[in-house]
Amino acid sequence: MTDKFDRTPAGSPAGPVSVSKGATPAPENIKAIPVRHVGRWISGVVVIGLLVALGYAFSQGNIQWHAVGDKLFDKNVVAGAGRTLLISVLAMVLGVILGVVLAVMRLSKNPVTSWVAWLYIWFFRGTPVYVQLLLWFNLALIFPVLNIPFIYKDEMTDVMTPFMCALLGLALNEAAYMAEICRAGIQSVDEGQTEASHALGMTQGKTMRRVVLPQALRVIIPPTGNEFINMLKTSSLVYAVTYNELLRSTSQIGSTSYAVMEMLFVASIWYIVMTSVFSVGQYYLERRFARGSLRSLPLTPWQRVKVNLAAFGNRPSGGVSA
Amino acid sequence: MTTPMVKAEGVHKSFGAAHILKGIDLEVAPREVFCLIGPSGSGKSTFLRCINHLEKINAGRLSVDGELVGYRQKGDKLYELKDSEVALQRRDIGMVFQRFNLFPHMTAIENVMEAPIQVKGETKAVARARAEKLLDRVGLSDKAGNYPTQLSGGQQQRVAIARALAMEPKLMLFDEPTSALDPELVGDVLDVMRGLAEDGMTMIVVTHEMGFAREVGDALVFMDDGVVVESGHPRDVLTDPQHDRTKSFLSKVL
Repeated sequence: MTDKFDRTPAGSPAGPVSVSKGATPAPENIKAIPVRHVGRWISGVVVIGLLVALGYAFSQGNIQWHAVGDKLFDKNVVAGAGRTLLISVLAMVLGVILGVVLAVMRLSKNPVTSWVAWLYIWFFRGTPVYVQLLLWFNLALIFPVLNIPFIYKDEMTDVMTPFMCALLGLALNEAAYMAEICRAGIQSVDEGQTEASHALGMTQGKTMRRVVLPQALRVIIPPTGNEFINMLKTSSLVYAVTYNELLRSTSQIGSTSYAVMEMLFVASIWYIVMTSVFSVGQYYLERRFARGSLRSLPLTPWQRVKVNLAAFGNRPSGGVSA
Repeated sequence: MTTPMVKAEGVHKSFGAAHILKGIDLEVAPREVFCLIGPSGSGKSTFLRCINHLEKINAGRLSVDGELVGYRQKGDKLYELKDSEVALQRRDIGMVFQRFNLFPHMTAIENVMEAPIQVKGETKAVARARAEKLLDRVGLSDKAGNYPTQLSGGQQQRVAIARALAMEPKLMLFDEPTSALDPELVGDVLDVMRGLAEDGMTMIVVTHEMGFAREVGDALVFMDDGVVVESGHPRDVLTDPQHDRTKSFLSKVL
């Protein structure tokens, strides 16, 4: 935002006060007339104008804005948002675990495991997740009874509740994508790392767990964050298997109260809040896994604010450590 | 007669059509500092990597301390070892790489502690105590908590040596340990290696540091084009080479 205060505040040779220890005096900063960015001003005005026009159009539309506010924290809506969050987190956790396993299988020297992993990824990436959800929903047509000998036996329709359909559909599809992300991450780790680990007498499994995967995470985490944010939104498809998540609970209210558009706004607000919160979480997660790859971590936005405040108040900036 | 630490008989290695090692015969005695020199592409690094089975040899026999590397012999049949058995053999052979290959997600001391904990099942306290001693020995006790990217090349290589020593190996392999370093950082690493040699560690060193070879080495082999061209005591080979190829190589590097 304010470029003036973004630079290192303490040690910079600015102003007449800072004279370096006994030696040459600090050089005087260049005073020049900055380049004028006319284009930025014009484009800024155009963008603001367009936003105002858009806002005006919405305000004139046949929308009862108070309904949006009224229903935003409706009991059913909040419960729906909670279910969206629940199904997304569970499906993602399952998807990541299975994805890592599939990636390791895919890279295995054993041709059988590698081929099985390939087949899985081929099928689940090759069919739409919507179709997969419907397949789980209708699984009873092929297997009327789920029978695991000596362990479990039940009617398939009892097992495949809307929740189970949603969870399996989303998680198994996600695993296929996560497998490819993990594979790319594993392959991005320098071969020298594996060699060093093997030379120390570590087995294949230990090498993977202790040396390769932790480094692969740095490559895996950013796209995984994307996948999760995608998952939050894709979970709206489980509408089809009658799981009562955010979109379903809002549109039920919408269709009974004739506030269709209003309730879609309510759903959108919830989706955007959830994705925003997780984007911030992703930022800090990425920072944590950048350890060891950068000499010093860049400041977080909050730390930058603190530095700027310190510079603004002309206090010595201390206590900010990356 | 004592068992040689390393014994190679007619070792061949090819990568596809490229024939890299064309019958290497040599013996390394215990407590010996054995230097391998030669032009790049002569196969010296490949040979070193065969000793701890990072590369599989195609023909010949290669043994460390009387034990075949990567195979078990029963009668006149050879059986390939399982991955876990190969890992067991490697515990006793330390290796230092040209590019250090420290684990970047671990601090210096964690790098040194990792293998004893994971491979030997040592407790953290025991591993940490030894790691502190080893870092002190390579002159880096004040860098224990630093990540590899926060260390200079020379410091990284010394941590890598400490990491290899943490497994208390009976043989150390050095693959051009100073080739990736700035000239002024080479000395510190060579000092550590000199200290190891004085303590009686068996070392095989692929190097371009002729001064080190002459001063510390007990034996030296000049390799070219996948064969041993000339071998002997470093002083003799370096000052009075017998073979034309050795002469022309040394005239370029000395």
